[in-house]
Amino acid sequence: MSGQPVIEAVNLTKSYGAFTAVNKLDLRVKEGEVYGFLGPNGAGKTTTILMALGLTEPTSGTIKVCGLNSTRDALKVKRMAGYLPENLGFYDDLTASENLRYVGRLNGLSETEIKSKVPLLLEQVGIPQVADKTVDTFSKGMKQRLGIAAVLIKNPKVVFLDEPTSGLDPEGANNVLNLITSMSRDQNITVMLSSHLLHQVQKICHKVAILSRGRLVAEGPVDSLERQTFGKGKMSVELELTSTPPELIGVLQRLDGVASVERSGDRLLLLCDRDVRANISRTVAQNGSALLQMKILGHGLEEIYLKYFQEGGA
Amino acid sequence: MYALVTLLRKELADHLGSKRFVILMALVSLSGLSAIYVAGQSIRQAVGDESTAQFVFLKLFTASSGVLPPFVSFIAFFGPLIGLALGFDAINRERSSGTLALVMAQPIFRDSIVNGKFLAGVTTIAVMLSSIVLIVAGMGLWMIGVPPSLEEVLRIIAYTLVTVVYIGFWMALAMMFSIFFKRITTSALAAIAVWMFFSLFMGIIAGLVADRISPIDQDQSDVSVAANEQTASNLMRLSPATLYQESIATMLQPNVRTLGPLTLQDIVGMVPGPLPLAQSLLLVWPQIVTMIGLMLACFAISYASFMRQEIRGP
Ligand SMILES: Nc1ncnc2c1ncn2[C@@H]1O[C@H](COP(=O)(O)OP(=O)(O)OP(=O)(O)O)[C@@H](O)[C@H]1O
Ligand SMILES: [Mg+2]
Repeated sequence: MSGQPVIEAVNLTKSYGAFTAVNKLDLRVKEGEVYGFLGPNGAGKTTTILMALGLTEPTSGTIKVCGLNSTRDALKVKRMAGYLPENLGFYDDLTASENLRYVGRLNGLSETEIKSKVPLLLEQVGIPQVADKTVDTFSKGMKQRLGIAAVLIKNPKVVFLDEPTSGLDPEGANNVLNLITSMSRDQNITVMLSSHLLHQVQKICHKVAILSRGRLVAEGPVDSLERQTFGKGKMSVELELTSTPPELIGVLQRLDGVASVERSGDRLLLLCDRDVRANISRTVAQNGSALLQMKILGHGLEEIYLKYFQEGGA
Repeated sequence: MYALVTLLRKELADHLGSKRFVILMALVSLSGLSAIYVAGQSIRQAVGDESTAQFVFLKLFTASSGVLPPFVSFIAFFGPLIGLALGFDAINRERSSGTLALVMAQPIFRDSIVNGKFLAGVTTIAVMLSSIVLIVAGMGLWMIGVPPSLEEVLRIIAYTLVTVVYIGFWMALAMMFSIFFKRITTSALAAIAVWMFFSLFMGIIAGLVADRISPIDQDQSDVSVAANEQTASNLMRLSPATLYQESIATMLQPNVRTLGPLTLQDIVGMVPGPLPLAQSLLLVWPQIVTMIGLMLACFAISYASFMRQEIRGP
């Protein structure tokens, strides 16, 4: 199994009439990876996940999960793959345990297996105290944890989590993220999660893909993505000056470690290879101007994300 | 297979334990019992004088004293309501609450969901109706003290089966709307509109159309009146309510020998007296088959459109 990708999309395309929701997507997710799927609303994240589970058919191209074609072998794929839908709901009139038992039965587990598993799972996701409460009393965070328990009951090899943290407060989101990290680490489950909350993805994903209007615009480990998208620059700095003499721009540009200088309104935007802020402030002072403010715009995924999202017009 | 059984059990438990079911059951039993009580009273007075008429037991179901409509009319009226109540939110409620996605994420065939719901609905109707018929038959027996003959028992069973099919048709229709329309209020309204059309407006429309196609001539000749009536009653047979009424009238009133207006030719040579059960069934066989066909058609359309639908949430 190792070496072979767990999720593999080749030329995957989905059109709704004239509108292309997913456009010639190529993806490979290795075993044990936590793969972040990023993109603005309507980028095609959910559509891709639905195709991976055989819940909607690709217009062209293929997607395979654990070597099985999701369109042709949907049932086998769903036996191995857990799926947390983006608007998951439970039967409100049933308790947490009853809901889980029902999901277990739909997966063909034996009653004894279900009996032993349900309390363990509720324990694992941290809601054992509400096992016998009906779901209509649950908060969003509790429902999401129950959702993860429902995904785990089938002992999945791979799980697809569609916006697992949406609608949760920071603490709730953190809990869910920790659960995801631990299921990948302790049970070697391959995880594909979609989100538009970058810092979360950055924190727990080994690899990310950025989707915009159905196209894959960047893919790779977080750090390599940064290099890829910023070219040489690794850090961007914004300067606010008392005045901007034209020659200053040239001087800054020639400064060692500065990749580019751009003027935006009354500010200057510098992309740097490394931290040369001390040098910059000295240079500004030497050239007859004074620094009012120097701001690091960040050098994480945020930049990349914003860059693509602005390009995507989303 | 285990999945279909699991789904079916869940649906049945939901139906039989629902407030909706309890209310419908109470309503129908109450009106059924009152109808039988009134009918029983008038039959008790009649027994002894004139003939100890044949098929007294069946009269319990069909006789009306004028105070209350007979049992069969109550069922004919409430039947469609029961069907609609059991089906109008079958699929769209699960879609909007997110439980459809939960179920679809499990390794089951998509059609098991529709099949499970349909079978559970029909079973619920059968349970409800047979218990009501048993209850009222018990009360009838106690009131008139004349046990039913074998033929009467068979006729009552046939009546129950036909009624299950008829109510099943309305449930299948409502279920179909719950697949077509995402909103529960829309599907409920659509189902009620169809019911109103057939129960209120069909008669008026049939009359108007018949006047157009075969108008009654100036001198109101018998031939033209008969032709007009024939056309109208044929048109009425487009309505499932008419099909049902004709079927049960023949089933529970062995004296019914033909359906629709009689001409002198028909009556000449006719031996007065009841028809045997087989003959009665033969007479309304087309009606019964059409009702089964209508129910299956609604089911097939539901099935086909559900298989095509996206499962995406709200
Ligand atoms: N059944 C459909 N018919 C037509 N267009 C659709 C259909 N389903 C989805 N789309 C379109 O496909 C595009 C991609 O949708 P998708 O749900 O995959 O986006 P997403 O990346 O999951 O977005 P979000 O962050 O909002 O969940 C959207 O523009 C949407 O309008
Ligand atoms: Mg989505």
